[in-house]
Amino acid sequence: MMDKLASKLSRGLLHIVIIILAVAWMLPTVGLLITSFRPPAEVAHSGWWAVFEHPFSFAQYTVENYVTVIGKVGMGRAFLNSLIISIPGTIIPVTIAAFAAYAFAWMKFPGRQFLFLLTVALLVVPLQMTFIPILRAFTQLGIVGTFPAIWLAHTGYGLPLAIYLLRNFIGGLPSELFDSASIDGASPLQSFFRIVLPLSVPAIASVVIFQFLWVWNDLLVALIYLGGTPDVVPVTLQVANLVGSRGQDWHLLTAAAFVSMALPLVVFFSLQRYFVRGILAGSVKG
Amino acid sequence: MRTGRVQPWLFIGPAVGLLVFFLVYPSIYTIFLSFFYGMGESFAGWANYVHVFTDRTTLTAFRNNALWVVVFTTFTVSFGLAFAVLLDRVRYEKIIKSIIFIPMAISMVGAATIWRFIYAFRPEGSPQVGLLNAIVTGFGGQPVGWLTEAPWLNNFLLIVVGIWMWTGFCMVVLSAAYKNIPRELMEAARIDGANEWQVFGKVTLPSLKPALAVVATTMVVFVLKIFDIVFVMTDGLFGTEVLANRMYKEMFLFMDFGRASTIAVILLLLIIPVMVFNIRQFREQEMLR
Repeated sequence: MMDKLASKLSRGLLHIVIIILAVAWMLPTVGLLITSFRPPAEVAHSGWWAVFEHPFSFAQYTVENYVTVIGKVGMGRAFLNSLIISIPGTIIPVTIAAFAAYAFAWMKFPGRQFLFLLTVALLVVPLQMTFIPILRAFTQLGIVGTFPAIWLAHTGYGLPLAIYLLRNFIGGLPSELFDSASIDGASPLQSFFRIVLPLSVPAIASVVIFQFLWVWNDLLVALIYLGGTPDVVPVTLQVANLVGSRGQDWHLLTAAAFVSMALPLVVFFSLQRYFVRGILAGSVKG
Repeated sequence: MRTGRVQPWLFIGPAVGLLVFFLVYPSIYTIFLSFFYGMGESFAGWANYVHVFTDRTTLTAFRNNALWVVVFTTFTVSFGLAFAVLLDRVRYEKIIKSIIFIPMAISMVGAATIWRFIYAFRPEGSPQVGLLNAIVTGFGGQPVGWLTEAPWLNNFLLIVVGIWMWTGFCMVVLSAAYKNIPRELMEAARIDGANEWQVFGKVTLPSLKPALAVVATTMVVFVLKIFDIVFVMTDGLFGTEVLANRMYKEMFLFMDFGRASTIAVILLLLIIPVMVFNIRQFREQEMLR
């Protein structure tokens, strides 16, 4: 009897602890979201929790902040820039990595083992080791502050992980597939397009999502190779600049931050399964 | 498979070329630059290293990086472990996991902005719009300038942002490992009269050891290079400097590529044990294939 009571109590406690923690985890983001929809004057005079006095009186909400940040503050342009950076910054490295992963998994050539170990080692090299020489090279090429510079950089930096993950997956495909393709006279290129690519769709999807979010959320690489010119600046850099220049204008900061987070959140909610898989597999990245 | 001698290189050539150009060659060049003054004008010997290990701000950065490594790793891993084990016992596991995991999807800049708002400070008397100061003043306390309270409080509060973001990652990895432990093992222990704590200590923890090692190393490798959170929230002022931010300043503010390179090399040296471990691990896996 006492045992039963104790176990019921401890289960009750478990639920309470979990729910409190979950609420605590959500609260910061919820506060940001609510604030971004409040008129500037109210944001300056009361905390976001004040809306809960009459949560359904919709007069206290406005989209004015979003209109301002997307237009005047330049978050709209930055959003576009982030897309221009992230899409090639994902497609180019994943494509190159897929070819390399296939060769590492199924072709025999001298230096294969060494080159793959090198890739594994490069997974954790701090990007800081590369900034100065690459910046110099980009300066000589005259591409600092342009999109091609950052596409190239994200391609180079994204490759080790993409090769590593795809090679592990492609290496796990049954060898009979390749034997029979080979007997049928298929060239490596044909088996790559007809066998490897169709079978690797889930793995490629994970790598694509992982790389896309990594590029979208990146601040440092953009800071180094793009600088702050408005026509190339991505959302992360724009928000960081805004914190520096208008650090107390919370109505703008919250709306801008939310614009920068919107796409990752959509990706997260719609493709959570692939995203988790990519994160799980990518846990070795530096 | 039938492959010519040239064909493999058509497949890996671009990748190898890019890896060499973007990672191998620059790393060697950076090591080289760390032995030169300024923009690479004259040979410096160990001078940059001496500077880095004696300069006060850089020493603060070393201390803070150590603090990040210890506090951040301890909390992300233990919270992640707690969530993995506790959430397994409730039916609404999935939704709570999503909630804890969401911060992983957003940028560190976004997270830093969110938390800068929580920590917002206004002088006494004006309405507190930051959650933390609203709570403090609500209980009759004085508002606190959280991010200027050097050296422990502000650093700790910056680390909280990282913990909030990365606990979800640890939880997901550890939860996957936890669900792989055979249930019979735990049941057998319970039948033998072990209580839940004993089951956790004698069965769960030992089975999770490899996953814990992976998660902890990932956290350490990641947090050694922590940059965005500090850059956005304090820019290293008030005793919150970290190595990556210091390197950025040496590079763009002081234009001293020698010192910037030296800091990068030190980051690399700190990470080399992990690199060796990864390679060993990988070789063992290949043997089993």
